[in-house]
Amino acid sequence: MRAGPLVRIENVSKTYHSPEGEISALQDISLNIAEGEFVSIVGPSGCGKSTLLNIIAGLTEPSAGAVYIKGQKVTGPTSLVGYMPQSDQLFEWRTIWRNVLLGLEVLNKVNSETKMQAEKMLRTYGLYEFRKAYPSQLSGGMRQRAALIRTLAINPEILLLDEAFSALDYQTRLVVADEVKQIITRENKTAILVTHDISEAISMADRVVVLTKRPGKIKNIHKIILTCESHTPIGCREAVEFRDYFNRIWKELDVHAE
Amino acid sequence: MPNKSPISQEHLAYLRSKKVYKKRVIAAQILLLVGFIAFWELAAVLRWIDPFITSQPTGIVRTLIALHREGSLYRHIGVTVLETVAGFTLGTLMGTVIAIVLWWSDFLAEVLDPYLVVLNSLPKVALGPILIVWLGQGMRAIVAMALFVSLIVTILSVYTGFAQVDENKIKLLKSFGATKWQILQKVILPASVPTIIAALKINVGLSWVGAIVGEFLVSRAGLGYLIVYGGQVFRLDLVMTSVIILCIAAALMYQLVVIFEKKVLKWQ
Repeated sequence: MRAGPLVRIENVSKTYHSPEGEISALQDISLNIAEGEFVSIVGPSGCGKSTLLNIIAGLTEPSAGAVYIKGQKVTGPTSLVGYMPQSDQLFEWRTIWRNVLLGLEVLNKVNSETKMQAEKMLRTYGLYEFRKAYPSQLSGGMRQRAALIRTLAINPEILLLDEAFSALDYQTRLVVADEVKQIITRENKTAILVTHDISEAISMADRVVVLTKRPGKIKNIHKIILTCESHTPIGCREAVEFRDYFNRIWKELDVHAE
Repeated sequence: MPNKSPISQEHLAYLRSKKVYKKRVIAAQILLLVGFIAFWELAAVLRWIDPFITSQPTGIVRTLIALHREGSLYRHIGVTVLETVAGFTLGTLMGTVIAIVLWWSDFLAEVLDPYLVVLNSLPKVALGPILIVWLGQGMRAIVAMALFVSLIVTILSVYTGFAQVDENKIKLLKSFGATKWQILQKVILPASVPTIIAALKINVGLSWVGAIVGEFLVSRAGLGYLIVYGGQVFRLDLVMTSVIILCIAAALMYQLVVIFEKKVLKWQ
């Protein structure tokens, strides 16, 4: 059965209310995402890009419109979606192993099969020796990998990365983005990345969606085709087309230092 | 160990000077105590001060031995320690439970906020006579006193701790579809263990205050009772002895909490 896109965002709008007034964060967003695709969403700060991700994750209800995953309307969090918040958010009081099991615990799905899956991922991604360590004993990159395994352990089809690397320093960030992209490709997942880093958006994605200033609307969608050998985000930054995409998106973002 | 290369001379000198400094601090601390006791004794023997109203170290030792022979010493210590432990354990537990209720219902938290602020500024000792009328002239009133002294401050500090748990951690759990109960259990409570232990540390001290004041008001046994009784019959030896035992007991109990903290927070 291969009918329609994996994620269908249909005329989604979102308005926030506060005693000071109402703010329109998103306006009439429509977007389809195919299975296996990697989509980056960029936009000026406050354009509602994280709100869009929260709506897809079922954490925020849209004011109008709806999101469909596999044709099912999203009404709350489901295990089809794995959400990666800003910075790794590993729980300091849990060992890496117990952090990895967190999602399964919440879903009441800790059993020998899921545990074996999680253990296999820890082995594959070089964290098995650290399973009994606490997060404070790990480097930034290892923590990010552990966080990704925690998300993958519930076996979601779509990964939502919400500025997931923004807490890391620049060098670690490049390496981690590379690793995460490779893991996502290897595990055959669909991913949506929200970022304010244009280079990160281009280097990781098949498509880059540019949002306007608040209220966020889709300004343009770029299909990214880069001629590079290694096909890793770091390698792709070397591609000749990279600068061109960067400049076009940069202009569209229309950033002024205020 | 940041690096495993052989230690340089300079670093050795640094480590040595650190060690010497630490020894000097400890020596000064011991000297201060011994000097104070010696001076106190000397001043009393030479009649610079009147040991009848200031007591003196040898008098305190004599009193201690007498109390030990009578066998009443341990009963008095036991009574006060029991009241204090009951007070701070109950105060911390009840305070945490009430904080959970407030976290659960934002509405209730907002409604009760002004009352908690007023109760927090009230000197809880003023409730002593009321507690005695309600609970009788006995240990129950004293434990209640020790409990009340720490209860409100526990509620407020633990509740504030709950409110400071990282929103992103809660969001992560919600993205897995966690229920409110699961959020409490998996993130709010474990993340607040340091706050709860900090409250526990404060409560140990506060509960001693509650227990001793309670004993001042009603008791027939305990260190607070010994202090009041000693004061009334002008046996300052007895008063000073009780105060010193109190010092040691309070310090020991605090250390126990510190050991407990290290056990629980080994991930830090």
